[in-house]
Amino acid sequence: MATLSLRNVRKAYGPVEVIKGIDLDIDDREFVVFVGPSGCGKSTLLRMIAGLEQITGGDLNIDGKRVNEVGPADRGLAMVFQSYALYPHMTVSENMGFALRLAKVPKAERDTKVKEAARILQLGPYLDRKPKDLSGGQRQRVAIGRAIVRAPKVFLFDEPLSNLDAALRGQTRIEIARLHEELATTMIYVTHDQVEAMTMADKIVVLQAGRVEQVGSPLELYHNPANIFVAGFIGSPRMNVIDATVVSAGGGGVEVRLPSGAQIVVEVAAGAMQPGMPVRLGIRPEAMRIDPSGPIAGEVRLVERLGGLTLLHLGAEGRDDLIVQVEGTSAVEAHQAVRVSADGAACHLFDADGLALPRLARHQLVA
Amino acid sequence: MSATSIEAGTAPGDAAPAASAPARSFLVMPSVLVLLVWMIVPLVMTLWFSFRNYNLLDPTTQGFAGINNYAYLVTDPDFWASLRNTLVLLASVLVITVGLGTLLAVLFNQPFPGRNVARVLAISPFFVMPTVAALVWKNLMMHPIYGVLGVVARAFGMQPVDWFSQFPLASVIGIVSWEWLPFALLILLTAVQSLDNEQREAARMDGAGMIAQFFFITLPHLSRAISVVIMIETIFLLSVFAEIFVTTSGGPGNATTNLAFLIYARALLQFDVGGASAGGVVAILLANIVAFFLVRTVARRLET
Repeated sequence: MATLSLRNVRKAYGPVEVIKGIDLDIDDREFVVFVGPSGCGKSTLLRMIAGLEQITGGDLNIDGKRVNEVGPADRGLAMVFQSYALYPHMTVSENMGFALRLAKVPKAERDTKVKEAARILQLGPYLDRKPKDLSGGQRQRVAIGRAIVRAPKVFLFDEPLSNLDAALRGQTRIEIARLHEELATTMIYVTHDQVEAMTMADKIVVLQAGRVEQVGSPLELYHNPANIFVAGFIGSPRMNVIDATVVSAGGGGVEVRLPSGAQIVVEVAAGAMQPGMPVRLGIRPEAMRIDPSGPIAGEVRLVERLGGLTLLHLGAEGRDDLIVQVEGTSAVEAHQAVRVSADGAACHLFDADGLALPRLARHQLVA
Repeated sequence: MSATSIEAGTAPGDAAPAASAPARSFLVMPSVLVLLVWMIVPLVMTLWFSFRNYNLLDPTTQGFAGINNYAYLVTDPDFWASLRNTLVLLASVLVITVGLGTLLAVLFNQPFPGRNVARVLAISPFFVMPTVAALVWKNLMMHPIYGVLGVVARAFGMQPVDWFSQFPLASVIGIVSWEWLPFALLILLTAVQSLDNEQREAARMDGAGMIAQFFFITLPHLSRAISVVIMIETIFLLSVFAEIFVTTSGGPGNATTNLAFLIYARALLQFDVGGASAGGVVAILLANIVAFFLVRTVARRLET
């Protein structure tokens, strides 16, 4: 049982402010993922919650109690480090029982707890091995086991999968999700991998340059990004962004003109939009399709055939990095001229400041 | 030696076409021979002289002495005293340098203003040659009249200590420790720096305070480096000579005579080369016994 709340939390190294006032509420048993590009402060924020970095300003509350000045061991949190940080001279069971040993828990009780954690993580046969005799995935599980044994209120994960190969990463991702269900504790997870963020999170926090850009469920962020940064960061391949000008704005949406003169009606609330205003049109690759009568004309620069999907890299509308995602195997070849159309209901429109205009139709899965 | 050379030749990934085994042994033979001669000749000569009557003052005494040289040696109380002094010196300097070195290494790893300068200063005694170090300590530090320690003692109204007559072996131990502490510090500091910071943070999350971190994380991490320091220092500390020669000349009495100094005194003060050679053979045995245990424990450490 643990809720966390951050109130205007700041972190500065000398005159350089890296966390610029973060407000965030994390509910009990929630799986929260911090994502953002390198250097956005997501790991720093996690380390501040852990108590490994001092908080320069603001309040960090766990279960309603301010813990800014409480030491890392006394906050009731456990952390899984990127490098696992296993103690190399201790066996697996000693590694997992270290916190209990320091807390002077009797040996019998310690062994029971270690065995229980080993059972959950299927580490039973390896308890007497040293970390160097384990594979990467097993080390990862020991690191998680070390956290489980302490029965923490909140689990913190700092990019725990980045040292694993792709296959193992997928498997461990599922395992952590299963663990979250089984342990029913609050988890905070830092990653730069948006697949991890999309698949595991109850709530994603997108950070950039020490600020929260948007907080929401994965689908909320995907379908209703608050601004152009979130729109570009969430979703793979990236959203296509084309400069455009407002032609007319009304109750049915906003009509915009693309650089080539083509016009598209985007179903968003017009707000303060006036004809002639510069905007940016965002179209997800899957919202575009090959259409001989489509408004956008371009030349295919590159074709990526993934089997189930085909990605067409398109030069059009003054950009040469537009991506069209086609289901199945497309017959389109590189250097071929094509016309594409975009689904106006699935498009996004961003004003000159990069803020999204609210869409008229909300996705059915997004509350 | 020959074994490692041959293994190096067959290392995987070696692009050169492999020569046949006899041809290879033939090609490494010259270097093996040089090394063998280098090692064997002095050893055999020492052994040879240790069984001969050989006195520099009396060229007429010649011929085999049988085990007389050894018999005189082991019945000489000086010999047992020197053996004891050698081991006491070795053990004390090891304890002081490794103990203090570990603490200083952890200390010098903390950020503080002027850390780089402090590090250089702490390491610099290693660059002072032993004779100079011993002279400086004898005349400028420990001398009861001119020495700094004497001045400090008098400033507090105490009787200055005449170190080399009152605590001769402890004084030598102090000087040698001062010389070797920087070496231990240097090796251990680099080892401390290689400690993964996330490990220390993980220990903090696990509830380890500074002291628990030191004993559970830092010290085990340093164990390899410590065994390397012990091994290298042991090799050099068994043969400490200049410091004793310059300060006490083995005295008062035999209080600071170690095996190396005893051999020197036998050969070049008493001109008994035969007896000195017998001492030399004992020194070789001692070094090998120590090295045997040491290398075994260190090798086991390095494996894990």
